[in-house]
Amino acid sequence: MTFAHRHLLGIEQLSPQDITTILDLAETYVDLNRQSAKHCDVLSGLTQINMFFENSTRTQASFELAGKRLGADVMNMAMQASSIKKGETLIDTAMTLNAMHPDLLVVRHPHSGAVDLLAQKVNCAVLNAGDGRHEHPTQALLDALTIRRAKGRLHRLSIAICGDIAHSRVARSNLLLLGKMENRIRLIGPPTLMPSGIGEFGVEVYDDMRKGLRDVDVVMMLRLQKERMDGGFIPSEREYYHRYGLDAEKLALAKPDAIVMHPGPMNRGVEIDGTLADDINRSVIQEQVEMGVAVRMAAMELLTRPLTTGAAV
Amino acid sequence: MSELYFTNARLIDPEAGTNALGWLRVADGQIAATGAGDAPRAPAGTTVIDCGGKCLAPGIVDLGVKVCEPGERHKESYRSAGRAAAAGGVTTIVTRPDTAPTIDSPETLEFVTRRAQADAPVNVVPMAALTKGRQGREMTEIGFLMDAGAVAFSDCDHVVADAKVLSRALSYARALGALVIGHPQEPGLSKGAAATSGKFASLRGLPAVSPMAERMGLDRDIALLEMTGARYHADQITTARALPALERAKANGLDITAGVGIHHLTLNEFDVADYRTFFKLKPPLRAEDDRQAVIEAVRTGLIDVICSMHTPQDEESKRLPFEEAASGAVGLETLLPAAMRLYHAGALDLPTLFRAMSLNPAKRLGLASGRLSAGAPADLVLFDPDAPFVLDRFTLLSKSKNTPFDGGRMQGRVLATYVGGAPVYRRD
Repeated sequence: MTFAHRHLLGIEQLSPQDITTILDLAETYVDLNRQSAKHCDVLSGLTQINMFFENSTRTQASFELAGKRLGADVMNMAMQASSIKKGETLIDTAMTLNAMHPDLLVVRHPHSGAVDLLAQKVNCAVLNAGDGRHEHPTQALLDALTIRRAKGRLHRLSIAICGDIAHSRVARSNLLLLGKMENRIRLIGPPTLMPSGIGEFGVEVYDDMRKGLRDVDVVMMLRLQKERMDGGFIPSEREYYHRYGLDAEKLALAKPDAIVMHPGPMNRGVEIDGTLADDINRSVIQEQVEMGVAVRMAAMELLTRPLTTGAAV
Repeated sequence: MSELYFTNARLIDPEAGTNALGWLRVADGQIAATGAGDAPRAPAGTTVIDCGGKCLAPGIVDLGVKVCEPGERHKESYRSAGRAAAAGGVTTIVTRPDTAPTIDSPETLEFVTRRAQADAPVNVVPMAALTKGRQGREMTEIGFLMDAGAVAFSDCDHVVADAKVLSRALSYARALGALVIGHPQEPGLSKGAAATSGKFASLRGLPAVSPMAERMGLDRDIALLEMTGARYHADQITTARALPALERAKANGLDITAGVGIHHLTLNEFDVADYRTFFKLKPPLRAEDDRQAVIEAVRTGLIDVICSMHTPQDEESKRLPFEEAASGAVGLETLLPAAMRLYHAGALDLPTLFRAMSLNPAKRLGLASGRLSAGAPADLVLFDPDAPFVLDRFTLLSKSKNTPFDGGRMQGRVLATYVGGAPVYRRD
């Protein structure tokens, strides 16, 4: 099992083998996390710093828990509240933290490419926890693990990604990952929320959700950001729900065993019907959260393996 | 002043469209005579310069150079820009008014002219803003500014969004015969954009603008030209979609010309790669199809001018996430070597390149330079189009080192530059 990457900046750089490596290792952590003693010490003595330049509760908690369960010393920094306000640049902040000798930096930033930039300037492994509209690799990996466990495979599936594709890093990372694993991908959403050049991505694009959902194995919903709801991109919340919200009637067009996913946090009644989200027979949303911790533990172990085993990358 | 006699030179004459061995004689700072083949015997007292078969062309007239005085002299001063220009074979820099404060009053323009005369070894001709503070609300004192030496009026990358304001400024400028330089871009559509829309921008997650925004901006400006009859130059046409509109406007007899920056001719959107901010330009780099179409437009003469769009930025304003980083690249010293990429690729021949870099901008601004004919100022560049080198950005003479060609393999070097017959640069 080799993993020849210094950082995890995106799915783009990963091979199908890399993806399988991470998911296989994550499976072992799923088992560990279900025991009452959830601790192991593969990251013992290492320092993990979570730098979130953008608000996050769920992802930050997931990374924090993952690090702690692996035995790392975890520090959280809410970057909005700190030096950024004092005019310090991203690189200065990175260099300051770098001087404290962390072994792993987990970074989220509102601008695409900011995590790549930071990774060029520090000596430790950097894990992208979401940069602008670019990538959110651990989200795609946890989605992949969820799909693989629910469907028994991660290839030759028909997967619909629905909603605000244009502004979604989750959609980009999933597109890349699911494409690399040879699935059929459909993107569903209003044209105002589709990225440019989408015709060249090798995916099917639908603006009619009913057509797009026909016979798919997986329905992946995306969150619609509040600031995009009024007038600019869509006429209103209620028209969006009518045309692009997932409810039982629309889901009935998918395969009978199709699963429903959502990266959270959900807007019930905007992109997804509340009852459907809670339907344990169809919705795997809670399982996604569970897989998140396991996948992040796997990714962190793989990135720090050269430190913990002394092996060359 | 003693006479100069260039012999054994490959004369690049953009007026005649020729490229042939010959000689050129300079007297009193002007080109006195040129001829083909072997030179007649030099009269006594002349300095003979054997060019060894290298190219001698009219010095480049770079339309749209930013020198950061007043306001940000740490990025570029008249001294550093002038030295960089001389090293790049640029004998005339046409400066932009997008400084801080804006060059929008005769007083500021006089300051700039004084600084330029004191410090720059090459000719400096200034442009002034079209509207006060480049705010797009009130026109500047176009008449006074022309009296003070302004050769053209431009708000640079601040598009005058209000069509009424622009139409009045154009009408007023027409009465004075002033040249107005526009930045064709639909400001609403291009707001916040850091890349050209398409697959690459989507994969990188960058806010992007459709190439259509350029055509929309150009269409509007052309409509206003029909209305006002002003003299107009589009600073940068970078997309295929804008070209038919430009062609129609020229065919309809409007007084319109267009330029393109060297970076848009030699680089495309993929060069941004992993968020390399030195490749962040305004307008953003385009698709390869657009680049090819624009090269073809330069070849046919539809696009008149190639310029460097020299825009110095310090390290701090580039060492930022791509969206936050400043736009622009320095180009005075790399314009000629980059243009040689087009020559070596077989896309454009040398007379065509110097028509776009020297002759056309000079003609458009009413300058006597840009030619190799007798009576023109002896603004000359001697260069070796084949000399290879790897560009190290820290060797640039500009104070700012933000070139996208850092580490690039270039071919084509300036050997010497003359302004008014006086040497201002010589490569050792």
